Parts: sequence; structure tokens; C-alpha cells
Amino acid sequence: MNLAYRDIRHGLGRFLLTCAGLGLLLGVVLAMIGIYRGLVVDALTIARAPAVDLWVVEANTRGPFAEASRIPGDIREAVARIADVTAAGSITYQTVETEHGGDKLRLYVIGYELTRPGGPPQIAEGRQIARNHYEMVADKSSGLTLGDRIRLGRHVFTVVGLTRDQVNSGGDPAVYITLPDAQKLQFDLAPPAARVQLARGTGGSSRDTVNAVVARLHANASPDAVAETVHRWKHLSAITQEAQELILTRSLVDRARRQIGLFTSLLLVVSAVIIALIVYTMTMEKLKQIATLKLIGAPDRTIIGMIVQQALALGFIGFTIGATLIFNIKDYFPRRVVLEPDNVMVLGLIVFAVCLLSSGLGVRAALRVDPATALGG
Amino acid sequence: MADTPERPLVLVDRISKHFGEGETRVDALREVSLAVYPGQVVALLGPSGSGKTTLLNVIGCILDPSSGSMELDGEKVLEDGHWLRPNHRQLRLDKIGFIFQFHNLIPFLDATDNVALVLQLAGADAMAARTRALELLDYLEVGHRRNAMPAKLSGGEAQRVAIARALANKPRIILADEPTAALDSKRAGIVMDLLRKVAVEQNAAIIAVTHDEKIFDRFDRIFSLRDGRLELEGAGAN
Ligand SMILES: Nc1ncnc2c1ncn2[C@@H]1O[C@H](COP(=O)(O)OP(=O)(O)O)[C@@H](O)[C@H]1O
Ligand SMILES: [Mg+2]
Repeated sequence: MNLAYRDIRHGLGRFLLTCAGLGLLLGVVLAMIGIYRGLVVDALTIARAPAVDLWVVEANTRGPFAEASRIPGDIREAVARIADVTAAGSITYQTVETEHGGDKLRLYVIGYELTRPGGPPQIAEGRQIARNHYEMVADKSSGLTLGDRIRLGRHVFTVVGLTRDQVNSGGDPAVYITLPDAQKLQFDLAPPAARVQLARGTGGSSRDTVNAVVARLHANASPDAVAETVHRWKHLSAITQEAQELILTRSLVDRARRQIGLFTSLLLVVSAVIIALIVYTMTMEKLKQIATLKLIGAPDRTIIGMIVQQALALGFIGFTIGATLIFNIKDYFPRRVVLEPDNVMVLGLIVFAVCLLSSGLGVRAALRVDPATALGG
Repeated sequence: MADTPERPLVLVDRISKHFGEGETRVDALREVSLAVYPGQVVALLGPSGSGKTTLLNVIGCILDPSSGSMELDGEKVLEDGHWLRPNHRQLRLDKIGFIFQFHNLIPFLDATDNVALVLQLAGADAMAARTRALELLDYLEVGHRRNAMPAKLSGGEAQRVAIARALANKPRIILADEPTAALDSKRAGIVMDLLRKVAVEQNAAIIAVTHDEKIFDRFDRIFSLRDGRLELEGAGAN
């Protein structure tokens, strides 16, 4: 006769309600973990998309994401000539606000050279850009679909392909267009005074400006050594992929990451306290019955078994409810929620441990209870 | 029960119990001595607060006495106010059946399982426990309530289920605190007849607290407690 099960069955509605409540709480914890992971993954997505080893940017900057960087477009040829560089491409990044279906739409526009590194990593639907002008590959999170026509600057672009999960660190969906289109767009959207300067080719700027040149290296080349070579050109900085990712997670989204991280830890602590309270209360409510069990001769292991099994059942059911919930709604969040099996398992283990520990508290109280307390009315 | 066997099942030797100290001190038991032999049914009388429940609880090893010694079924369990076992659950399971003033059934088990539980705790397998539990419930005329939860039982039904539970492991010592208080006089008589039958068949000792004068004739001996002191009132009709 399983006493834990019998007691739960006797007060099934209340037990399930408690489980559901705990499930919601654990769902929120999981969501926060997912948001945290999503933030980090999103921050790295754009930097990982071109799959390169080196970022050549404006001297003394940590561009192109953490700081503004502008370099002449012809740098790409010089970079491509360096030994150990197998491919190089110019890229521009700019945030553009436009309209689609009557709604404002913020896009992170990436301009790249069609045959060079820097384009969309994977096309989920449709095709890559094939023509030099006015075609666009957009991320699905923008809400755009194949064949949509959308105005950027003075021109209308047609969506020919869709990517998945390509957003910048602020969550703006990425769209890819060709480098010439992107440079034209930068010119069109620049403030009038700067535009006059650009048109004249004065003030040290030219219209052939890009934000970064990315490079792929031979498999056995040292990115640091190549970066050093580029650095010696003085007017340029070179950042390895590893360093770029560090910049993105450590500085660009660092505050947001720490903010969410701290909040997640707080939530975890709160959940632990609540689980402990529930389990403890569950036991305390049964003290009289536990005293009766002792009175009729039940050994400690029967009593401990009942408390521990109930605590674990609560944790297990609550966790299952929470996980099921969050896996079913995570795609409806405005930003990415990334739940890796290992994160979920770690939380599961934490819940298991907390349940075990708090049932320990209950067990302590239960073992101390005097069988005589069962005798009071 | 004219000839009593030599060895008593319950042997209480100068047990005292007080609650509190100083001004709030209550002497619930004062040097109480008592011997109950196999097959005997003994009544404990006394006004409210005279120490009847306290005495039963000490005999049931639920309450620590302040001083005294005690033997149960030939085993010395208490020596000069100190228990000799670390806990008494196995002893209670094997030898003592309790019928409390309040039924104390486990609220989340139905009538059958309340009885079957103590059988299983004593080692019976689930099937055998259930069969015997149902027999006992029938025997106590609550078989028709076998699937009812305690909250759904009337006071008398609950008390009879509790008695079935107390008798389940065929204990040799049965302690009953006002077992018939919740029953009408017909059922009270049935319960007392039953306890008497158990005493004879299982060669058990039964100590029952009662106020019910109508059932005095069913006791072998009647003790009376006054202010924590025990005196023999006399032998019952048997
Ligand atoms: N746990 C306790 N703490 C303090 N006093 C108690 C306790 N239990 C019983 N008493 C006191 O001991 C005396 C005997 O009580 P009890 O054995 O319950 O009497 P009865 O069962 O004969 O009515 C009473 O004066 C009662 O107030
Ligand atoms: Mg009493």
C-alpha cells in the first residue's frame, strides 16, 4: 500500500493545483533561462553568419558591432592578397526603419558581395540573391514572406529568400542585400550635409565605404598572426572571430546578459524557497497522521518514504508541466528563447535536489513528532 | 477467571507521572501499581482529569512516566522511569492494540485499508491483509462500509473500524480509552462482548476506560482512579 500515492489521490485536486502552480513558476524559470541563452545566441548570430576567422575594421575600433567602423572598400583586395587568407569580402551593416503592411519595421540590413563571404548562412525558403540589384534575403522573424516587395531608401526590393533566426543583438531581423545596393542605401539615408561631402568625394570619404572586411583563413593558419600583419598597416584593426565573439557577449550584451542572469538566479532561489515551503507545509499538515502512523507501529522508513515520494512527485509533475508549457509557447516570444537539453536537465536536477533537501526538512519534523500528539482531539 | 496464571501481561509497578514543575505541577499518576493477567478484562473508572488516559498512554509506551517500572508480556520495558527500548513501534505493532477516545483513522485510507495497513506493517502481503481486514470489518458489523473514507463514517462506524484495526494483529494487550463513548448502549454491549471474546480467544489482557455503568457487568475487575491514585473497586460480575 503506497501511502504517498493514497494521500495524493485523497486530495488530488489540491495536489494537482499545487503542481500546476509550481509548474507555472518553473516554466517562468525555464523561460528566463531560454531568454538568457537566446540573448547570447542572438548576439553571436550575425557575427557567426559569415563563418569567417578575421574581421578587419577601422583603426582603434572594436567594430563593426560594438563600435562604428568605416573603411575603404578596396581594403578587401589588399586583405585577400595576404598569405593564409583564402577568401575575403566587404560587408556593411545598417539599421533601417521602413514600413510593411502599414506597420513600422526595423531591419538590420547587411550588404555583402555576392560571391564572397558575408552572405546569409542558410536559406530556409526560396533562394540566394542572384541579381546585382533590388533583391533581398530576409529573416522570417521580420514577418516578410517570399515575393514581398519592400521599400528601402529610394528603391523597392523583392524578397527572394528567407532565413531563420538571423537577428542582431537588439533583436532586429536581418535582411541581406548586395553590397552596391547597401552602399547606395547608406548614401541615400545619410544626412544631407554628409551626402554632399560624399558626392564630392571630399573630406576623406568616398562612396566606396564598408563597415568591415571579413576573411577566411587556411585551416592551419594562426588568426592572431594574420591579425598582427593587418594591424601593422596602421590605419586598420583586425579582430579574430574569437575576440569578436568575446566583444559581443562581454561588452555589447553584457549588461542585458547580467541583468537577465541575475534575475534568473533570483527566480531560481525563489522557486527553491517555494518548493521547500510547499513540501514542508505538506508534511506539517500531516503531522497528526504521521503521529497516528507511529502510534499504530509504522516504522520510520514508511514515514520517510511517504514524505520523500510526495516531494519528488510534486517536483516531477511540476517540472513536467513547466517544461511542456514553455516548449509549447517558446516560439511565440518576440525574441528567441533557446532551450538546450542540457539547460533543461540542469534545472530538472536542481528541482530534484531542492525537493529532496526540503523533504529532508519535513522528514526531520516528522521523525521528531511524538506519537502522543495523535491522541489530542 | 478464578485461577489466574502466574505471569501478568501487564505489570505496572509504582508508576508516577507529573506534568510541569513548581506551581503548575500536576501529579497525574501517583505510585500506581497494577497487574492484569491473560484473559482478563479490566475497567478503569474515575472522574475527568483523574489520570485514566495518562495511565493508558504510559502502559502503551506513548507517554514517558516520571518514575516506576513496567513489564509487558514478560518483557521489562521500563526500569526506574527509563525506557529500555529506543522506540516502541515494533512492540506496539506486535503486542498492543489501541482503541483511542477519538478514532484516529488515517483520513486518506478507506475503512478496509485502515485495517489492512497495520496487517501489512506487520508483514502480511497485500491480498492476505485485505482478506483479513474484510473479515474483521464484517465481524464488527461495518463490512458494508468497507470502501468508505473515514470522513464519511458515522462516529460509531469509525469507532468500530478503529477497533477492527486494534484487533488486526491479534495483540495480547488491548488498551481502550472510552471505546464505547460514541456508541449506543446496544452497540456498546456488542463491542464489550467482542472484547471479552477476544480476551478469551487470544488469551489477551484488556484495559478499558469507561463511564458506562451499563457495561460494568462485563468486566472481571474494576479499578478506580482518583487524583492519580489507583484503588481496586472490586470484581465485576464475572
Ligand atoms: N500533556 C499534558 N500536559 C499537562 N497536563 C496534562 C497533560 N495531559 C494530562 N494532563 C493533566 O493530567 C491530569 C490527568 O489527565 P488525564 O489522564 O487526561 O485524565 P482523564 O483521562 O482521567 O480525564 C489532568 O489534570 C490533566 O490536566
Ligand atoms: Mg481521558
